[in-house]
Amino acid sequence: MQELKDQELNDKMMEAVIRTAVGAHTIWKRELIRFWRDRSRAIGAFVQPTLYLFVLGTGLGAFFRSGGAEGDYIQFIFAGVIAMSLLFTSIFSAVSIVWDREFGFLKEVLVAPIPRASIAIGKAFGGATVATLQGTLILIYAPFVGISLNIITVPAIILVMFIISFAITSLGVVVAARMRSLEGFQVIMNFIVMPLFFLSGALFPISNLPPWLSGLVRLDPLTYGVDALRNLTGGVSGALAPVYPIWLDVGAVTLFGAMMITSAVWLFNRQE
Amino acid sequence: MQMNIITVTDLVRRFGDLTAVDGVSFQVKEGEIFGFLGPNGAGKTTTINMLCTILRPTDGHATVGGHDVVRSPMSVRRNIGIIFQDPSLDDKLTARENLDFHARIYGVPSSERAGRIQDVLEMVELDGRMNDLVRVFSGGMKRRLEIARGLIHHPRVLFLDEPTLGLDPQTRRHIWEYLLDLRKEKGVTLFLTTHYMEEAENCDRIAIIDNGKIIAVDTPVGLKDGVGGDVITLHSENSEELAAQINSRYEVEATATNGSVSFSTEDGEEFIPRLFRDLSTEIGSVNLRRPTLEDVFVQMTGRAIREEEADNTDRMRQHARAWRSRR
Repeated sequence: MQELKDQELNDKMMEAVIRTAVGAHTIWKRELIRFWRDRSRAIGAFVQPTLYLFVLGTGLGAFFRSGGAEGDYIQFIFAGVIAMSLLFTSIFSAVSIVWDREFGFLKEVLVAPIPRASIAIGKAFGGATVATLQGTLILIYAPFVGISLNIITVPAIILVMFIISFAITSLGVVVAARMRSLEGFQVIMNFIVMPLFFLSGALFPISNLPPWLSGLVRLDPLTYGVDALRNLTGGVSGALAPVYPIWLDVGAVTLFGAMMITSAVWLFNRQE
Repeated sequence: MQMNIITVTDLVRRFGDLTAVDGVSFQVKEGEIFGFLGPNGAGKTTTINMLCTILRPTDGHATVGGHDVVRSPMSVRRNIGIIFQDPSLDDKLTARENLDFHARIYGVPSSERAGRIQDVLEMVELDGRMNDLVRVFSGGMKRRLEIARGLIHHPRVLFLDEPTLGLDPQTRRHIWEYLLDLRKEKGVTLFLTTHYMEEAENCDRIAIIDNGKIIAVDTPVGLKDGVGGDVITLHSENSEELAAQINSRYEVEATATNGSVSFSTEDGEEFIPRLFRDLSTEIGSVNLRRPTLEDVFVQMTGRAIREEEADNTDRMRQHARAWRSRR
């Protein structure tokens, strides 16, 4: 009798897992279709990183060299620019949940016979995939800024980009889960996205900072993402070199991502 | 004997101190077209949302297709299709992509998806627009696409919340042709809410709901027979006074609304000349007709369905908002 009950419970669990996977896959697929349909936006989103890399990279690079720093600033900022692209694309994908709510589509998903968890998971994977594609585009610039990539580093970078994007999209889903209107979007940009970006060490080295700033930098999950990418893109040494070992970087981002996706799932389960 | 596909027992839903649905009970038979008629804010959408497992009831029970809406929401969801009051399509996807999305999350096997998409699109005559973005569709086309989408997983009950709200009369008739065909061919049970009288006439049975309570459930003919005889409507500047006069003089129940007085009587044609002989109050115009569902509503609640619309909607919205922000 007990065995039969266990069996039944097992079946139910199995079914829930399958339904979650099917739901998440469907939502992921929609994100990709929308991204592909909006190619012009992808190209537009490519302009900003290009400006940062070549204009800021070259301009500040000249200044750094005159200050006697070792290595090249443009190679240093390369990882930061990738991270910026991942950050903006991920947050934008996540916040599209608010659009879906406003235009009614979220209702169609909320009443479907799929667990709520699949919405958060599908969105997180969807946003992560789209952001990774966007980030991969930037790798095209590598030869122009003197970064040499190979058959091992490219897949590693793509994997790390995916982990970072997944974590940030999950953070975005947590924020968007309770947002009822798009008016809050500017607030998110000012209070979450910009601080994450500026404190991440994307634009400046983080090794010799005053304690107050150093503390904030270490709290920023994106710091570890940027550092991981910098470990992989290489080309910099001395003051511009990565600060942490790559296992610690990847571990920190993965942990943050796991916390965020868990919160996102929890929030969606509680929603009425 | 027909089976009850929906049973509702003492269903209650409160939002803070507002009781939106106040103990309603009814049954819907399999294959029936069942309508909820009432002004906005009467509790129609709240009831439908509880039956669709979007909202949890505060109290009471409801089963759809034999499944309890609170205990087995997933089983309920698999057996129902929902057409919401507001559009819920992704207009950056094509018609086919919207349907494919739906078919997948409702667990339609991959081997059947393409065939079913074709079927439902043919039914609403949108098969030629399959690969167009929904963004370019008109309001009526979007509604038809939503009906098609609601059917793709072969639900036993289709819920429609104000299915023709905001559509022009021609499109509205068109949508109804589809719905009536659907019932005839597939035997799907339709549960709909409306505040259009003409729409309610299409239902097999109607529940009249007001202030969260059901005040009558019957066939349209049965409800209208309840009014009794012909309806006479008089327009007058002094409608209140006129109503009082009529009530004191004859054995009828006249009600004054918005400058007009209406009441029903058995032999309307003979009653009007008598009325004009007897009364001194000035009467602007007179109208005699068979009773409509509007008359049923007026007789049961003492007011017209449309005049309170704005008030009630506003009140509901305010309450809902206040309730949300408190959480």
